[in-house]
Amino acid sequence: MSTIIWIIFAGAFATYLTRIGGHVVLSRFDKIHPRVDAGLRAVPAAVLTAIVAPYAAFFGLAETLTLAVVAVLALFLPALPVFALGWACILGLRYFIG
Amino acid sequence: MTFTKSEFKSGVVMSIPMVLAALPFGVLFGTLAVKNGMTIFESFLMSATLFAGASQLVGIELFGANVAPWLIVLSIFAVNFRHILYSAVTGRYMTHMTFMERYLSFFFLIDPLYAMIEERHDRGEKISFSWMLGAGLCFWIPWQIATVIGATFGNLIANPEAIGIDFLLPVYFMSIVMGFRKRNNWAVIVIASGAASMFAYHYVGSPWYVTIGALAGIVVAAIIGLPKDAKLVAE
Repeated sequence: MSTIIWIIFAGAFATYLTRIGGHVVLSRFDKIHPRVDAGLRAVPAAVLTAIVAPYAAFFGLAETLTLAVVAVLALFLPALPVFALGWACILGLRYFIG
Repeated sequence: MTFTKSEFKSGVVMSIPMVLAALPFGVLFGTLAVKNGMTIFESFLMSATLFAGASQLVGIELFGANVAPWLIVLSIFAVNFRHILYSAVTGRYMTHMTFMERYLSFFFLIDPLYAMIEERHDRGEKISFSWMLGAGLCFWIPWQIATVIGATFGNLIANPEAIGIDFLLPVYFMSIVMGFRKRNNWAVIVIASGAASMFAYHYVGSPWYVTIGALAGIVVAAIIGLPKDAKLVAE
């Protein structure tokens, strides 16, 4: 087997480990400590915010403004219309302010 | 295995906009993989077995730079480290699944699919295996096609920024974050994660800013704790 195939399979194995790891560890416990529970419930907001935050801060004015507009729109509209309007927003803002 | 056609279809339909946003990256990966010395088959094999865009791009970049194999694998692991959190959380929505169904579902846990699971769970709908399979395959199959197209024909999408496609995932994630706003400690978590992520992005860099930012929010939430009347997340 060539090196590259070896790298791919080892990389695939490592990736699958990260995808099952959290569950494998947690399912060993019958009871989950309240603080762990509180931490786990924070995961969705925490991880998605962590992915988005640099885009809001370091990528330019059009990007920052688009995410601000999306944040406001999301208070009133479901995900799909927000997605479409957000797309229009980034296109428009990049066109007008670069 | 239980299979419900309507659930499968609803998974496919929900994925479509996000898949369109992800495809240019598949084409980009295929293109760069061949440029960095992979064959078309190898680029396909990597997309099929890793199924993780950012780490695939990091992997081929290091491969092209002749970095030691174990270091490439370690880097792939580092980029994907955040996924550990996804199965920790979604495993609690999948208690009704069989062992096989659950561990097959975890294979599909990419960022947008994780966000979709949370969106669906928030609406009070069940995360069934049929739905997971529909949503997962709706990402997986086009991802392979995009990879092979990129690897075969070279850079078709010269400039994804011109049509704004590069920014669709951040837009979707932002709307999902706002959708969580009624959850416990939401504002504190968002502020802690956002600040830590920006800080880590600036001073530590990719890929660790996601994990560092997320951990900051999680730790803060664990310290504050939940109110006594908090509803159970797991079914």
